[in-house]
Amino acid sequence: MQALYAQLLVGLINGSFYALLSLGLAVIFGMLNIINFAHGALYMMGAFVAYFLLSLGGISYWWALLIAPIIVGIFGMILERTMLQWLTGLDHLYGLLLTFGIALIVQGVFQNYFGSSGLPYAIPDQLRGGMNLGFMFLPVYRGWVVIFSLIVCIATWFLIEKTRLGAYLRAATENPTLVRAFGVNVPRMITLTYGLGVGLAALAGVLSAPINQVRPLMGADLIIVVFAVVVIGGMGSIMGSIITGFALGVIEGLTKYFYPEASNTVVFVLMVLVLLVKPTGLTGRAA
Amino acid sequence: MTTLTDDTLPTTPRAMRDEMIAFAVMALLLASVPFTGVYPYFVMQALCFALLACAFNLLIGYGGLLSFGHAMFLGTAGYCSAHALKVWALPPELGILVGIAGAFVLSIITGYISIRRQGIYFSMITLALSQLLYFIYLQAPFTHGEDGIQGIPQGHMFGLFDLSQPTVLYYVILVGFLAGFLLIFRIINSPFGEVLKAIRENEPRAISLGYRTDQYKFLAFVLSGTLAGFAGALKVFVAQNASLTDVHWSMSGEVVLMTLVGGLGTIFGPVVGAFVIIAMQQYLAGFGQWVTVIQGSIFVICVLTFRRGVVGEVAHYFRRSL
Repeated sequence: MQALYAQLLVGLINGSFYALLSLGLAVIFGMLNIINFAHGALYMMGAFVAYFLLSLGGISYWWALLIAPIIVGIFGMILERTMLQWLTGLDHLYGLLLTFGIALIVQGVFQNYFGSSGLPYAIPDQLRGGMNLGFMFLPVYRGWVVIFSLIVCIATWFLIEKTRLGAYLRAATENPTLVRAFGVNVPRMITLTYGLGVGLAALAGVLSAPINQVRPLMGADLIIVVFAVVVIGGMGSIMGSIITGFALGVIEGLTKYFYPEASNTVVFVLMVLVLLVKPTGLTGRAA
Repeated sequence: MTTLTDDTLPTTPRAMRDEMIAFAVMALLLASVPFTGVYPYFVMQALCFALLACAFNLLIGYGGLLSFGHAMFLGTAGYCSAHALKVWALPPELGILVGIAGAFVLSIITGYISIRRQGIYFSMITLALSQLLYFIYLQAPFTHGEDGIQGIPQGHMFGLFDLSQPTVLYYVILVGFLAGFLLIFRIINSPFGEVLKAIRENEPRAISLGYRTDQYKFLAFVLSGTLAGFAGALKVFVAQNASLTDVHWSMSGEVVLMTLVGGLGTIFGPVVGAFVIIAMQQYLAGFGQWVTVIQGSIFVICVLTFRRGVVGEVAHYFRRSL
């Protein structure tokens, strides 16, 4: 039973990363109509920025949680201003190809300087140790990751679905020309949205640094699973990607307990099954 | 949505003649390789990738479908052929057929699943499916996991041609490549190819004209996947192994890069692109991971400034269709 709970917890943690990443992808896709292939590379950058902040500047994990997403977010906004914005109106496959190229560059540069092995990042003092819940032992940091990312996900959902800014955003997704006619600076909003989505990826990177070490390719393998999550969820709604992300993490954890051989493939198998029954994904709108 | 090639010229007799001349030049150049000092294994490898890129281009350049998982056909055919040659000890021609059959079955299954979604979703589904296969091949006993299937016997093609002779092998690979290329050429210039182009330009209009576009796209997918499998089966004889690198998604990315560099939707573009990229990997190997950075930069530059690719730009400049 202990092992089952442990795998469930691992599943929940992976689910947190899936949710944060697919949420960012959904936000970016909504405004820019681009599947951001660079998302994994930017997630990795988030972890590296946290590592540099600590090792070079002595800046703690807590500040890194705030600063790393801002730095990577600004980097993302520069990418959007200098490259992505030139793709508006083109076939969307060019967005995929461009962000794929960006991902290769970023990962290649980091691999050159840091090899492929991992750099350690210590768990902050306040989150060390664990709690005995009676039925299992819960490492505090892991519990923190799950709760914190849930809070961030819900906050993002609230921002987009319930606030005025979010209303502009959703309106601009539907009809940018009309929203621009109302005096909203749509290009700036697109840039900020990209920054927000990228920032979410970087935040996930900081959260994962103490658990998974900091590696140049940490995002490359994860991003494909996240794409599968996105296909299953359908990217129709913000809430959809959050719930699908967590749910698939848990399912993956359960598979690891009951049938470990399939744990790497279960998300992809689920994707195939979902597509056979419902080609638009679970919460999907027509592409 | 803007189209991939904004200046596709209609197939006129002149365009046909240009393409035939270009084909003859290409065939002559390739046939003369053993008489020059060029390293034949490099050209053979490039030819396999060129065929793969041409097959891939059939799908994206003429059907508008960006598959990001074409490595799965290359790798699957490679494993099937390698297994048939090594374990079943089949002769080369049957080994190739087994590989093609493997890719054919796989493309029917994956095509059925993926063709129902459009645009980016289609790309992501093909990517995820190829990753699913990657993990299966990683664990399946017959692929020997990380080691791959090694030491594959080359044997005698039709009992006549000794494939362990580099020159004989070269011409067999060349004939395979040219046959595949001509088949793709024929498909593109057939009524079927015209319908595919119509779907790429404006799918709702094609539907309103009464075409069952899903069936056309499915057929294009199966043709493309099977031909990619042919490339994978040929590659087994050149590399004498079948390994996980051929199934990994970064291989799919390289195929996209080759096609993009050469020119999406041009007939000769993927061939040029494959030679450029393979040559680059060969001669820049000393730079280690910088090769990845250079490849990424080429992606970015191509998308931002050079969307027609090498052949596309040349063809546009001379107002020809190539």
